Amino acid sequence: MARVIVDVSLKPEILDPQGRAVQGALGRLGLAGVTSVRQGKQFVIDIDGVVDEAKLHELAGNLLSNPVIENYTLRIEQA
Amino acid sequence: MTTLLGARIGVVTFPGSLDDRDAARAIRFAGGEAVELWHADADLKGVDAVVLPGGFSYGDYLRCGAIARFAPAMQTIIDRARQGMPVLGICNGFQILVESHLLPGALIRNDHQHFVCRDQRLRIENTTSVWTRDFDFGDEIVIPLKNGEGGYVADEHTLDMLEAEGRVLARYLEVNPNGSYRDIAGLVNAQGTVAGLMPHPEHAIESLTGPSTDGRPFFTSIIASLAAGVRA
Repeated sequence: MARVIVDVSLKPEILDPQGRAVQGALGRLGLAGVTSVRQGKQFVIDIDGVVDEAKLHELAGNLLSNPVIENYTLRIEQA
Repeated sequence: MTTLLGARIGVVTFPGSLDDRDAARAIRFAGGEAVELWHADADLKGVDAVVLPGGFSYGDYLRCGAIARFAPAMQTIIDRARQGMPVLGICNGFQILVESHLLPGALIRNDHQHFVCRDQRLRIENTTSVWTRDFDFGDEIVIPLKNGEGGYVADEHTLDMLEAEGRVLARYLEVNPNGSYRDIAGLVNAQGTVAGLMPHPEHAIESLTGPSTDGRPFFTSIIASLAAGVRA
């Protein structure tokens, strides 16, 4: 059993309206000094058997993220 | 309704498509034969062109258009589009085309975070594509716009290329409703065959139900283009 964690984030140059809205809320709720919030996604994938890392990277780069606007990082945790 | 010169134009229905019926109706209204296509079927039934309609395919899960891109019908459409088959993606269809990398850039959440629904003024800036040849350059039209993720983004190099090659199909006038870079409402590939448009021409073909009839030329254009010999 392996757990694969894929984190997807918007590229720095892409506007993040959701992050900006969260930044506003953080300030209103009393957190001072917030200069930036970027919102991303995390996929937690549990796999039985052999982990095909090349296939995982292919899908992380094609399905889970859009390379035009997003970056991803992938890590595999053996249970 | 009679069909003009046998133009067969497919409309793909995905789970969550909303505007497939209006798109089919607009095709018939313009004199073409609308052919229903199903997302799970790789067979395109011999159509000459395809419209990808608006809606929320696969619930807009993951990213708008990201899952639809891998539907069996899309695999055939992507292959045939690369060989020259005309494709028009409207709204969610535009999102599917950018996710398929048939058009450059991406469509992200509106900059103001709200869903927008309005009659939108546009300027037509490309009249050589197979979907816009019945317009005159600079025509101003008003058609419905309704989207939550309609902000067109691309890197500066891509934007400059699109401008230099005359591939901006239409631009927003008066207000930029979603934060699209350079007010881009639609674009076309280098061959002038694959087009994406965020506003909805299929909702503007009759004065009874639309703000105008300004959407008609998109559909008469493709029928005229097919009649003139644009075949995949």
